[in-house]
Amino acid sequence: MGKYIFKRFLMMLVTIFIIATLTFFLMHAVPGSPLESDRNTNETVQANLERFYKLDQPLHIQYLSYMQSIVTFDFGPSIKDPNRTVNELLARGFPISFELGIITILVAVVSGIILGTMAALRHNKMIDYAAMAFAVIGISIPNFVLATVLIQQLAVNWNLFPPATWTSPMHMVLPVLALATGPMAIIARLTRSSMLEVLTQDYIKMARAKGIKPMRIVLRHALRNALMPVVTIMGTLLAGILTGTFVIEKIFAIPGMGKYFVDSINNRDYPVIMGTTVFYSAFLIFMLFLVDIVYGILDPRIKLHKKEGDV
Amino acid sequence: MTGKQIAEELARTRLEDGADLDAIDHTGKRGKVVKPKKHKTVTDERILSVQDLHVTFNTYGGTVQAVRGVNFDLYKGETLAIVGESGCGKSVTSNAIMGLIQQPPGKISSKGVHFKTRDLTKLSKKEMRKIQGVDISMIFQDPMTALNPTLTIGEQLTEGVKQHKNLGKAEAKERAIDMLKLVGIPNPEERLKQYPHQFSGGMRQRIVIAIALICEPELLIADEPTTALDVTIQAQILELFEEIQAKTGVSIILITHDLGVVAKIADRIAVMYAGKVIETGDKREIFYNPQHPYTKGLLNSVPRLDLAGGELKPIDGTPPDLFAPPTGCPFAARCPFSMDVCTNVYPEVTALSGTHKVDCWLQDPRAQKLIEEQAFAR
Repeated sequence: MGKYIFKRFLMMLVTIFIIATLTFFLMHAVPGSPLESDRNTNETVQANLERFYKLDQPLHIQYLSYMQSIVTFDFGPSIKDPNRTVNELLARGFPISFELGIITILVAVVSGIILGTMAALRHNKMIDYAAMAFAVIGISIPNFVLATVLIQQLAVNWNLFPPATWTSPMHMVLPVLALATGPMAIIARLTRSSMLEVLTQDYIKMARAKGIKPMRIVLRHALRNALMPVVTIMGTLLAGILTGTFVIEKIFAIPGMGKYFVDSINNRDYPVIMGTTVFYSAFLIFMLFLVDIVYGILDPRIKLHKKEGDV
Repeated sequence: MTGKQIAEELARTRLEDGADLDAIDHTGKRGKVVKPKKHKTVTDERILSVQDLHVTFNTYGGTVQAVRGVNFDLYKGETLAIVGESGCGKSVTSNAIMGLIQQPPGKISSKGVHFKTRDLTKLSKKEMRKIQGVDISMIFQDPMTALNPTLTIGEQLTEGVKQHKNLGKAEAKERAIDMLKLVGIPNPEERLKQYPHQFSGGMRQRIVIAIALICEPELLIADEPTTALDVTIQAQILELFEEIQAKTGVSIILITHDLGVVAKIADRIAVMYAGKVIETGDKREIFYNPQHPYTKGLLNSVPRLDLAGGELKPIDGTPPDLFAPPTGCPFAARCPFSMDVCTNVYPEVTALSGTHKVDCWLQDPRAQKLIEEQAFAR
């Protein structure tokens, strides 16, 4: 197991290196620079600023110094907002974004699995049709549309929840709902179809022949097998939720990392772009690693590592 | 076998068919010295009685009449083989007894499926669960799919006893180890922690058998238990069945289409065709004196080593469509002795002995007379 984790860790480092390199060159391929603005700046001042931020140096030198900043995890100050370092921005924004993301994943996974299982157990009955109709709607509506509808209806018209910001659990309801509905619908549909398949398996019939209680058959015998496809799609869903947080944070004025990320790209704020991108990708890669670990826990036939003597 | 048991057995056979002493050698080892461990006792205590069992399934294409009035009894310690070709209703019969038919789309009607004194068809699902796996157990055809791949063997073995017999963890584990020893799995303690994919096919079938036996059932329904196994493993598993029956006195219903298996371990045989039991009798009666043309055809179609050369003799034609089964004898269309009456009216049961019964118009005195006349004319 230790060997496997070490290998995966090396792979993660390589992936992050590639992402950082791509980001760097794409970023510089985009016209414009962080120092451009509507104001007319004195040429000497401009040159001095460029020298200060090392933007006057050739690209490969800049690349090396950025790589150094990643290795030391010190991205320096933001160019647009020199009072703050990138690390400060991350430290402030990440806990909030993380909270939003984790709550969303939990809500999506738990409610999606429950919905899908119920639909499968009541196959071709009212609950099944209702759940699947709901799922289709959930998949079809983009989260930013859902977000605005939720704000208009639940916050403005009915005054049930606050429309924006991130201060109390009540504030969390709408953004989480807007962000979780899509993934939840996908998980529900997937759980339903794989549950239906698992329920026809011989080992379920055998469990019934053993006189095992139906609740235990579903939870212990069927669900675990039915969840394999759900775990498979979790990687994609995680990436989706992560990018979804940018939009949702913007709509609900949540002071998370997404705001800095989007703003930094608009401003060509190179250190912030590098910092947030590398951080986001490292986080996503780590989550995907966790998903692979969950695979092995759910299905003992999947071996993450090869022991000697095993085939 | 104690003297008393032998006496009882003798009493039963005399009572039923007055057959010669040879016929009660239920181990089927004529001319051989029977090993003591394989001795078993068939008593006259009836533990299962199936009367006029019908099972239908509603499908988009119409209603399939899978089982159309099956009758049989099973005695304690006995092995009954239900034989027939694919789709004749053997598995549906066993699933119906076991309470594994989903209703709908299935529909069961009968004049009673009595396990001892209780009518299984009248029990609620909850009451049925107290019988499933406890009094009646089932062994499935394919051990590769019958075990849950995500649970350890130990958990799959013990969950039944834990729920039904309220055993604690340690007791259940002890019981599981005993069962694995009984079915011949080495290192049971370590094996309990392993998953199904770590076992071979034959080992898995032994585990399936251990799971079925762990609550000490009185009836074991084995649905083609050896079909998915290769021949050498088949023989081992059949020997295991004989051994277990000798040790525990469990009654076995063996569903199979393999007459070799039947010859080895069955006491009595019920031959099914198109959802009906068309002939039943004890092993010798069916093998040496088959009366129904279908049974004869079935026995003739088995390849034989002692008859050199020659081709396999299949039964011509195909079984009837169970969406619209014929009103008369279902075998009439394929039967070489078919008469006018056969296609129109289903024959009544003719009892040839206490155990041997056949549904065939050829047994009717009028038909017998006709056959004699024809023979005479020739």
